[in-house]
Amino acid sequence: MSSVLYDVPGPRAIARNRILGVITVLVVLALLGFIVWRLWDTGQFSAEKWDAFTYSNVWLQIALATGRTLAAFGVAAVGALALGFALAIGRLSDHPWLRGPIGAVVEVLRAVPVLVFMFLLYYGLPVLGIRMEPFWAVVIALVAYNGSVLAEVIRAGVESLPKGQSEAGYAIGLRKAAVMRLVLLPQAIRAMMPVIIAQLVVTLKDTALGYIITYQELLFYARYIGSQSTYGSPIVPATIVVGAIYIALCLILSFVANRVERRLRRTAKLGKGVAPVDDAMTATRAVAVQAGLDDPEPRR
Amino acid sequence: MGIITDNLDLWSSTLLGTLVLFVAGGLLALVLGTMVGAMRVSPIPVARAVGTFYVNTIRNTPLTLVFFAFAFALPPLLGLRLTGDVSLTLAICALGIYTATYVAETIRSGINTVPVGQAEAARALGLTFGQVMTLVVLPQAFRSVIPPMMSVFIALLKNTTVAAGFSVVNLGSVRSYLSERGENQFIAIVWVMVVFVALVLLLSWAQRALENRWKVAR
Repeated sequence: MSSVLYDVPGPRAIARNRILGVITVLVVLALLGFIVWRLWDTGQFSAEKWDAFTYSNVWLQIALATGRTLAAFGVAAVGALALGFALAIGRLSDHPWLRGPIGAVVEVLRAVPVLVFMFLLYYGLPVLGIRMEPFWAVVIALVAYNGSVLAEVIRAGVESLPKGQSEAGYAIGLRKAAVMRLVLLPQAIRAMMPVIIAQLVVTLKDTALGYIITYQELLFYARYIGSQSTYGSPIVPATIVVGAIYIALCLILSFVANRVERRLRRTAKLGKGVAPVDDAMTATRAVAVQAGLDDPEPRR
Repeated sequence: MGIITDNLDLWSSTLLGTLVLFVAGGLLALVLGTMVGAMRVSPIPVARAVGTFYVNTIRNTPLTLVFFAFAFALPPLLGLRLTGDVSLTLAICALGIYTATYVAETIRSGINTVPVGQAEAARALGLTFGQVMTLVVLPQAFRSVIPPMMSVFIALLKNTTVAAGFSVVNLGSVRSYLSERGENQFIAIVWVMVVFVALVLLLSWAQRALENRWKVAR
C-alpha cells in the first residue's frame, strides 16, 4: 500500500518494519505487565477487594447511578438540540438586532468552561436566592454549552448549502420560514448528522462533571463505595467497574455516529452515480433512481 | 472590582495554576499526541492498531473519569503520598493523556489532507524519504493542522478547570477559597467566566492570525 508518507516497502523496509513492530509489541507488553504487576502487588486481585461487588444491593445502586447519568444525558441532549436549533435560526436571521446579540451569547457560552457554568448555577445562584438540585445545574449547564456548539454546527450546515437551494425555494413562492423549515434545515441536518451525534457523545461524557458538584452519578457512587472501609476501600475495583460502564456507554453512542456517517456517505455516492447518464439510463430512470424507486445499476 | 483587588494573591496564584496546567498539559499532549499520530499513519500494522485502540478508548472516556483514575486509583497502586506537587503532576498527566488523543487525530487528518500525488511526484524526482517529508509533505500538513490544533488547545484551556474537583489549585477553585474569605461566590464565578472568555478570545485571535499567515494557497 502506497501512502503520502511511504512508498510500497522493499525487502529492507519490510525487515525494518517487522523489527519496529516487534519493538511496539514489547513496549505495550511492558506497559501492560507493569500495570498488572502493580495491581497484583497491591492486592487488587484478592477476593476481599472485590467483595463489595458480590452484593446485589451494590449493583442495584450502580444501576440507579447509571440511570441518573443517563437521565441527565437524556434531558440535556433534548434541551441542547432544541436550544441549538433556536440559536442557529437566530444567528441566521436577517435582522441585525437579533443576529448580533445571539451571536454574542453563543460565543460567550462556548468560551465558558462547562464546570464553571455548573459552579455558577449550583454555588453562585443561591447567593441571589435561587436554589436548584445538582441535577438541574448539570442539565442546564450542559444544555447551554452543547446547545451553543450545536447552533454553530447547524449554522455551518445551512451556510454550506448552495445558494441556489434557498433561491429555488423563494422562486416557487415560499416565505423565509418555509424556506428554512422545508428546504435548508432538512439538508443541513442530514449533512451534519455525524457531527451532531458526536456532540451528543461529548454531552454524555460531560455528565461526569456532575460528580464535582455532588450530583450522584456513577463516579460519585464509585467514590462512595471506594471509601467504604468495611469492604476494604475498593477504590481501584470501583474505578474499573464504573470506568467500564462509562466507556461502554460512550462507545455505543460513537458506534451509532459512525454507522450514520457511513450510511450517509453511501447514499451520497449513490446520488453522484446518477449524474453520468449511460445507455441504459433514461431520463425517467434517473429521476426514479433519485427518488429511490429504482437501483442505479443498469438492468440486463 | 473589589473582589479582585482585595484578593490579588489568590487570583494570581490560581491564574498561575491554570497556566501551569495548560502549558505543561499541552506540552505533554503534543509529545504524546505526535507519537500516537505517527503510529496511526505508520506502515506497521501493530503500531496502527495500538494507536487506534488508544485514541478510541480515551476519546470515549470522560475527562472527569481520567482525572478520577489518576487522583484516586493511581496513588494506592503506585504507593504515592498525595502532596500538592504529586496532585499537580497527576493532573498534568491526566490532561496530557486525554488531550493527546485529539492532538493525534488532528495530526493524522492533517497528513491525510496532503494529496498522495505530491509525495509520488517528489519520489519521482528522486528525493529521499527525509527530503520528501521536510520539503513536500510536512510543510503542507503543518499549515492545515494549525487551525484545528488551536481549537484543541482552546478545549484544553477550558478543561483545566476540571482539576478544581481534584484539589489542584486553578481558576476553577477560586470560588471555594473566596467563599472561605466571606466573599460573594456569584460575583467570583462571574469574574472567572470573564477571565475565561478573555483567554479564549485571545487564543481565537491567535488562531485566526496564524490561519491567515499560514493559509494554503490552493
